[in-house]
Amino acid sequence: MPVQRLADIADEGPHQDMASRNVAACLSGASVKFGSFTALEDISLEIGEGEFWTILGPSGCGKSTMLRLVSDLVPAATGDVEILGKTTEAARLAREFAFVFQDATLLPWRSALKNVELPLEMGRKRGLKIPMSDKSPQDLLDLVGLKGREDALPHELSGGMRQRVAIARALVCKPKLLLMDEPFGALDEMTRDHLNLQLRDIWRETGVTILFVTHSIPEAVFLGQKVLMLKANPGRVKQVVDIDLPSEREIALRETPDFNRYCGQLRRLLEEC
Amino acid sequence: MSLVQVSAQAEDPKPTVLDHIRLRAGSIAIPLGTAVSLLLIWQIGVRLFEVPTYIAPAPTDVLAVFTNEFALLMRNLWPTLIESLSGFLVGNLAAILIAVAFVHSRTIEKAFFPIAVFINTIPILAIAPILVLIFGAGMTAKVVIAALICFFPTLVNMVRGLQSVSPQALELARILSASKSEVFWKIRLPSSLPFLFSALKIAATTCVIGAIVGEWIGADVGLGALIIDSTFNFRSPLLYATVFVSSGLSVLLFTAVSVAEKLVIRW
Repeated sequence: MPVQRLADIADEGPHQDMASRNVAACLSGASVKFGSFTALEDISLEIGEGEFWTILGPSGCGKSTMLRLVSDLVPAATGDVEILGKTTEAARLAREFAFVFQDATLLPWRSALKNVELPLEMGRKRGLKIPMSDKSPQDLLDLVGLKGREDALPHELSGGMRQRVAIARALVCKPKLLLMDEPFGALDEMTRDHLNLQLRDIWRETGVTILFVTHSIPEAVFLGQKVLMLKANPGRVKQVVDIDLPSEREIALRETPDFNRYCGQLRRLLEEC
Repeated sequence: MSLVQVSAQAEDPKPTVLDHIRLRAGSIAIPLGTAVSLLLIWQIGVRLFEVPTYIAPAPTDVLAVFTNEFALLMRNLWPTLIESLSGFLVGNLAAILIAVAFVHSRTIEKAFFPIAVFINTIPILAIAPILVLIFGAGMTAKVVIAALICFFPTLVNMVRGLQSVSPQALELARILSASKSEVFWKIRLPSSLPFLFSALKIAATTCVIGAIVGEWIGADVGLGALIIDSTFNFRSPLLYATVFVSSGLSVLLFTAVSVAEKLVIRW
């Protein structure tokens, strides 16, 4: 698999400038209830534009529910969620965010390229103005390292390739916020490392804000600038941990003492949850 | 690399290709050989025990009918073919449209599904005379019977197919703010195609049964009519030949649907 190292072209970018940040997503006292069950309670967060957040927590703590709340798939029972100053519904209609699911959720009868183009075809009947990335669907497939496989059907691609098609599809409407729900959870270690690097590159190049749910502590530390730790029953914010590691990240970073210190800290936090 | 190695490598794939051909030939030759042997046993048995032709004709007698009465067989094949095809189209189209209505509205499904089940439980042989009484001895009754026999399996499969969309695909559609019709045309309908084609393969053979059953009740042309006619006139070789033509018609329609499936469903 060819690695496209975009970091080589991307400069330090706007991510470093934390002082004058705009808010990409703002949750204030938000909670989600399913019947009498409280999935999330009193979540208050401010996610700055261009930031990379990873979300960790014990299973059943509402990690996925939080993404679904932000993406207007489930309503807030109390409190408020704003995306770029809009309601979640308005943000959805304006395609401000995109979602990457755990399984790639490609349409099996469409080629890789046609799958990437799907968001451009949906919502037309409602007269939505659909924003387009300055990169064509073809460019986006090249970006995720799938040059030459645009005509392949999903069943002809490996799990990692399918997930990369899903990422290209998520980018096609130039979202400001990318919501990722354990996108690499079902992949093998090698593929996962590879996609982690690629995702960091995409983030640095596009300046998109990312909310990334995972259950892997090293993945959370490797990817994120901030790790949001949730605790279960009911799902609440346990702590937000700033990851102060260099923005240029290589796999070798995982062997450094700093990296392992963060992993240890998060592991202890997770045990307390 | 020595010359020996080169020649060894060059020769290596050859036996596998030959093996492959042998394997393919075997998979055709074995069933074909069995069929020919059975025909031979039949031929010898009939001649050896001097079985009267009207009870069981020898394969050669049946073959003779194919050459001598070819025009008669073809003349009767056409009406059955047209009835089967029309029934296939009408029955499946109705099933597809009703399936779409069912998926669109739970109320419609609740109202009409029990009726569809009820109609399906009436044996086709029992309902056929009623339909012939209603629609007369013409082609219409046969088309309706053929349509009716196709209808239910396609309805059930199509409903399942339209509902087979994964919850995540629907969430994706929601995030993309897709309209109901976009979800239908771009997600639900393509998802249902594999289910539809397995139903159409069933319908391809049952619609011929429907047409023939219809012709038994009252018709002067068609394979069904020819079956009745040759039975009552003790023309057994003609009866056997007609049965072969009927099954040939089913095989033809089944193959046509299978080819269409291969062309449409590439995933």
